[in-house]
Amino acid sequence: MIAMPPVTYLDAIRQALVEEMDRDPAVLLMGEDIGVYGGAFKATAGLLERFGWERVIDTPISETAIVGAAVGMSYLGLRPVAEMQFIDFIACTFNQITNFVAKSHYRWGAPVPIVIRGPAGGGVHGSAFHSANPEMYFVHTPGLKVVYPATAYDAKGLLKSAIRDNNPVLFFEHKFLYRRIKEELPEKDYTVPIGQAIVRRPGRDLSIVTYAAMVHASLEAAEQLAREGIEAEVVDLRTLLPLDRETIIESVRRTSKLLVVHEDTRTGGIAGEIAALVTESAFEDLDGPIRRVTSLDTPVPFSPPLEEHFLPNAARIAEAARDLARY
Amino acid sequence: MAVEVIMPQMGESIFEGTVTKWLKKPGDAIERDEPLFEISTDKVDAEIPSPAAGVLKEIRVEEGKTVPIQTVVALIEAPGAQPPAAKPAATRPSETTVRPAAAAKAQAPRPQPSQRPEQRPAPAPPPASERTASEAAPDEADEETVTSDGKRIRSSPLVRRLARENAIDLGTIRGTGAGGRISKKDVLAAIAGATDRRTVLPPAAPSGTPAAEAASAQHAALESALPRERIYFGRYEVQPMSVMRQRIAEHMVLSKRVSPHVYSIDEADMTRIAHVREAARAEFEQKHQMKLTFMPFFVRACVDALRDFPMVNASVEGTNVVLHGEINIGIAVALDWGLIVPVLKRAEEKNFLGLQRGINDLAERARAKKLKPEDVQESTFSITNPGTFGGLMGLPIINQPNVAILGIGAIQKRPVVIDDAIAIRSMVYLTLSYDHRVVDGATAHQFMRRAKERLETWGEGVI
Repeated sequence: MIAMPPVTYLDAIRQALVEEMDRDPAVLLMGEDIGVYGGAFKATAGLLERFGWERVIDTPISETAIVGAAVGMSYLGLRPVAEMQFIDFIACTFNQITNFVAKSHYRWGAPVPIVIRGPAGGGVHGSAFHSANPEMYFVHTPGLKVVYPATAYDAKGLLKSAIRDNNPVLFFEHKFLYRRIKEELPEKDYTVPIGQAIVRRPGRDLSIVTYAAMVHASLEAAEQLAREGIEAEVVDLRTLLPLDRETIIESVRRTSKLLVVHEDTRTGGIAGEIAALVTESAFEDLDGPIRRVTSLDTPVPFSPPLEEHFLPNAARIAEAARDLARY
Repeated sequence: MAVEVIMPQMGESIFEGTVTKWLKKPGDAIERDEPLFEISTDKVDAEIPSPAAGVLKEIRVEEGKTVPIQTVVALIEAPGAQPPAAKPAATRPSETTVRPAAAAKAQAPRPQPSQRPEQRPAPAPPPASERTASEAAPDEADEETVTSDGKRIRSSPLVRRLARENAIDLGTIRGTGAGGRISKKDVLAAIAGATDRRTVLPPAAPSGTPAAEAASAQHAALESALPRERIYFGRYEVQPMSVMRQRIAEHMVLSKRVSPHVYSIDEADMTRIAHVREAARAEFEQKHQMKLTFMPFFVRACVDALRDFPMVNASVEGTNVVLHGEINIGIAVALDWGLIVPVLKRAEEKNFLGLQRGINDLAERARAKKLKPEDVQESTFSITNPGTFGGLMGLPIINQPNVAILGIGAIQKRPVVIDDAIAIRSMVYLTLSYDHRVVDGATAHQFMRRAKERLETWGEGVI
């Protein structure tokens, strides 16, 4: 067997699209500049040439139109994957997603097997219109699934699961990770199930529950903490909706302390939901207060030093973890 | 808004209290239930917890001042609304003023259940991100979160569950978490100590964590000589000390630490007094309706000796010796639940009958828990009586702020040499423990000789 070269997070996404389009002729792509240009981040580079204009569709600049068309196609038996050029612009089609996509099956028994994917997150000096983490608008919307992978393996496996899922799936890709991380992927077809978190690193002293780019910051913090004798367990949620409550609770039962880390802003972030879940389900396993490390409650700043201040990082995570371990 | 801190009522007949020490300065931040000041109401010395979290704004009663109960002694500037327990609840009335249980309740003021629903204000807005779960913990500390002396135990939901499931009394565990909090690690160690006697234990460490050291510095008297792991082994039962026991422990450690004890031993021939007592007993008891004991004889002997040696009837304050003008004799009374030293005031002004009446009265009231705070204050010298339980002699610890204490052994008939002849006499060993800072051996032995002479040449009528 020939060893395959390591694959970036971005290439893993492209591989998933290609493999699913090869596997199922009902799968097609649509989005702004995804065809001729190959996508703003080149996620779909070469796919127009490979699958033709009927399956790789360049759309007008209207997110509402893209999602609306995708819903119509799905009613006719297709499985469209719609790209938001930057996930920030998903706000433009908020009504389509929350009122229509999410409720279609509930109201009419009409499933909407679409995927809406796009680059999210900060750390690349993209400023306030190109750095958003809008996942919680949709986590709060019953009827959707929300996925946010942290590794190339998960990006590929989860995107394949999302495409095969008969429910609408919002697939957040962290643009900071696109070309920064790479790993060898299995040659064979594989999927990662939606709704399952994973323990990235076991530890006995506290649980750090996180997702997306913050998984890497948390693992870096855990390395530092281990040198100080504090063993932090890092749980990667991978899917935010449906939330893997069991894995979270099991981890807290092991460690008795919980730190939730996310790049999303603080108020209304999933940390609050997880804190509530744990106090409801595992109060008597807690040996300390539940703590959060998140970004600030402001728009993402343009200024690099300000953005650095805005975002959580390994040092800040380690500091909170130390505090909690001492508690 | 400002929350008033009041002098709590520490017992039914207590109407005032002395602020002995402020543990916070104006401007200091304080947590709810964190010790704020210490008070003294005679037998009960207590740490009073803060009724609210905030900043100590103003101290209205200086250290050393005595004020009536319910007096506002300080103001705390609390963020948000006033918590329901701003005023410590008055102690539930009890028969006695020095009952430890009553003191324990008073130390842990809690809102009365009936006050809760209406008076509970909306929760104060949390100060940004700094608010922790422990601060947000519910007000109503249940029994298992309060030690026997009323101090709040800081733990966690997990620790309380583990303690409950393993029948561990959290009051017996010293917390090593932040701020002395009992952590999961601490309770697991206690459980391991309680169940696994084969555990190989680490060698004794001279000290624990900084937090543990701070805790032991605060309660030097209740410090353990060895780490907890070396104390809990085999089969055992844990009995939390009563408040009285803790006060005794603190007092004893304090006394041994402060006063360099020296012990002198003498013996007295009690034959004469034994005859006097035997001859007078029936008439005395019939006439005065009370027992005639040996104690007033010893008190009288001490009073006379103290008159001659005022340095033994003294106290030490820094570099000052306080020579007392009155002779107030503390008399140790053993109780089933501890020990108390009521004081026979102005013994030098009493005749024999007055001494016996006073002694009997104090002992009876001590056993009936009817002593008043003033009954246990202002002793100038003390007597203890190990002979009551057959002890040949004892070497007592000085009852502060005295500088000496006399121990009386059992009165026994012994062969003694008198004028080169062996005689059978009723003898007693007298021991004097004294504070060598101010009392030297010469003084002590002269004092003893004077008391002994008084006993051996008794000439006073007793009826």
